[in-house]
Amino acid sequence: MESIKCKNLSKTYHGGKKALKKITFSFKGNGIISIIGKNGAGKTTLIRILSTELMPTSGSAYINDIDIIKTPELIREKIAIVPQEARPIHWLSPKQNIISYLMYRGYGFFESMEKAKTALKKVSLNSNLNKINRVLSGGTKRKVLVATVLSSGAKIIFLDEPTTGLDPISRNELWDVLNKLKKDYLIILTTHYLEEAERLADKVGIIDNGKLLAFDSIDGLRKKIKYNYSLKVQGDFPKLKSYHGKVIKGIDNNYQILTNEEGSYILSKIFIKKGIRFSTNQISLEDIFYYMVKKPITEERVEEDEW
Amino acid sequence: MNGKKLNQIIASILINSIYAMKNYPILLINTLLAPLSILVIIVFISRGALLGVGIEGALIMTMISAGIGLQGDLSHLKNDFKLQDMVVSSPTSAFIYMFGMGISELVFSIPVILLLSILAVLFLHLLVIQWIILIIILLVVFLFSISLGFFLSTLTTDVMQSWGFTGLISTLLSTVPPVYYLITYIPKPFQYIAYLSPTTYAAEIVQSTTGYLKITQLNFLLDWIILIIVTLIIFFISIKKSKWRED
Ligand SMILES: Nc1ncnc2c1ncn2[C@@H]1O[C@H](COP(=O)(O)OP(=O)(O)O)[C@@H](O)[C@H]1O
Ligand SMILES: [Mg+2]
Repeated sequence: MESIKCKNLSKTYHGGKKALKKITFSFKGNGIISIIGKNGAGKTTLIRILSTELMPTSGSAYINDIDIIKTPELIREKIAIVPQEARPIHWLSPKQNIISYLMYRGYGFFESMEKAKTALKKVSLNSNLNKINRVLSGGTKRKVLVATVLSSGAKIIFLDEPTTGLDPISRNELWDVLNKLKKDYLIILTTHYLEEAERLADKVGIIDNGKLLAFDSIDGLRKKIKYNYSLKVQGDFPKLKSYHGKVIKGIDNNYQILTNEEGSYILSKIFIKKGIRFSTNQISLEDIFYYMVKKPITEERVEEDEW
Repeated sequence: MNGKKLNQIIASILINSIYAMKNYPILLINTLLAPLSILVIIVFISRGALLGVGIEGALIMTMISAGIGLQGDLSHLKNDFKLQDMVVSSPTSAFIYMFGMGISELVFSIPVILLLSILAVLFLHLLVIQWIILIIILLVVFLFSISLGFFLSTLTTDVMQSWGFTGLISTLLSTVPPVYYLITYIPKPFQYIAYLSPTTYAAEIVQSTTGYLKITQLNFLLDWIILIIVTLIIFFISIKKSKWRED
């Protein structure tokens, strides 16, 4: 069974930038771990350390119980990465791209050719696609890269922002591919699309400013924040005597109230009475993320009978 | 060498030369054209007298540009496609990756080397020993330029910049120094400038071996020593400077 484990992983770059601060988490089995965070949060740094491209400053990391910091060469057969902003090589065809990569992994030419065809089919691409990578659409290019690493025989796959910059349709297609694959692989993917983590992930790691704020399933994260309903109010936040929950000021002057089921019921009634436009939902990963990463503007708690 | 390592070396050759030539045949014409066009000019201007020297010069220049080409290719593959990052976390070692890429530059030049070799057979009439010295010098020049290319690729992160560099250095090493002609054509004070380029030594060895240039035995020996020392220095600097797993 695949496993990944790191403890107090920290990275300070040569210039002095502390990109990771004591990251600790572990996971066993197949599935998708999604690391979410804003730009500059430290996602790439973490992925590059785990895929043995970068040395950490301190801490330990194990994949399948192999110490990947001391003995990276022992794990490289088992892992493969699509780095952030990687592109299939412009002057190769998708098949040629995969064949060459597989040969770097030690396979012979003809075996690589067979594997390339299978891998392209796995990501629903025509295995004889007779075009060079340069002219392919952004979505197809990413699929070629995913096929490239899938064909390698590695069971632990790192994907650093695989869907950034894709149009919604291509993104959905790639999500379908990944959802189909996750029973056979341990995939660690980073994203800043919260919807992506919500659609794919078995475990979500929220990283901000180099710190891992949470590492849990989405349900586990929901429980952590004690509110499970969210009300979004457009325009100015209504003056209420009191409320039970947490108010977050969003962009474009929208307000969001995180509250419990009862609070959401009571607030809904008030808003309807006052004619305030609002929407209410079960809390989403996006809400959890903002709750953890953004500074809320107010937090008040009152007794329930004061509503 | 086991089969796995051989496959890993072939991977670099496929990416950087065989598939590139297959998908873009125009690239071939381009590699043929540069050394040949200078050769033609030299032959016309000298009314045929420098044909032999010109063929030797074109071979040296081919080795120089093949090796220097590594720098642009490596940074292109590393920075624009993240190939190196993908390979670092694979079972391929740094040495095998670089070695394969080095060979790929040579493979890319096979057509022009073949053509020039045919010209050499037709017009140079060399003895076996002269062929051997010529081939050794070409290999040393290639080792020199491939190390230089590798070294430069560790300095630049921008492809446009490194392609600019490539052109500049290639010119400085192979068309400005007396590679296509004899050093005696250069007025005395300027000869010292020519000696700043390692290719001058390589050309002197080849030209004197094949009877176009008269130099003393001491001079001949010095040429070898300087060429080999410079090559080794650059080779070891580039190995030391290269980064695989970053820290
Ligand atoms: N090679 C580097 N040298 C110095 N600082 C770096 C380097 N790479 C990344 N950083 C910095 O480390 C922080 C985390 O970067 P990164 O891991 O790329 O974040 P993310 O992938 O979440 O956007 C950023 O502040 C970034 O500027
Ligand atoms: Mg990143």
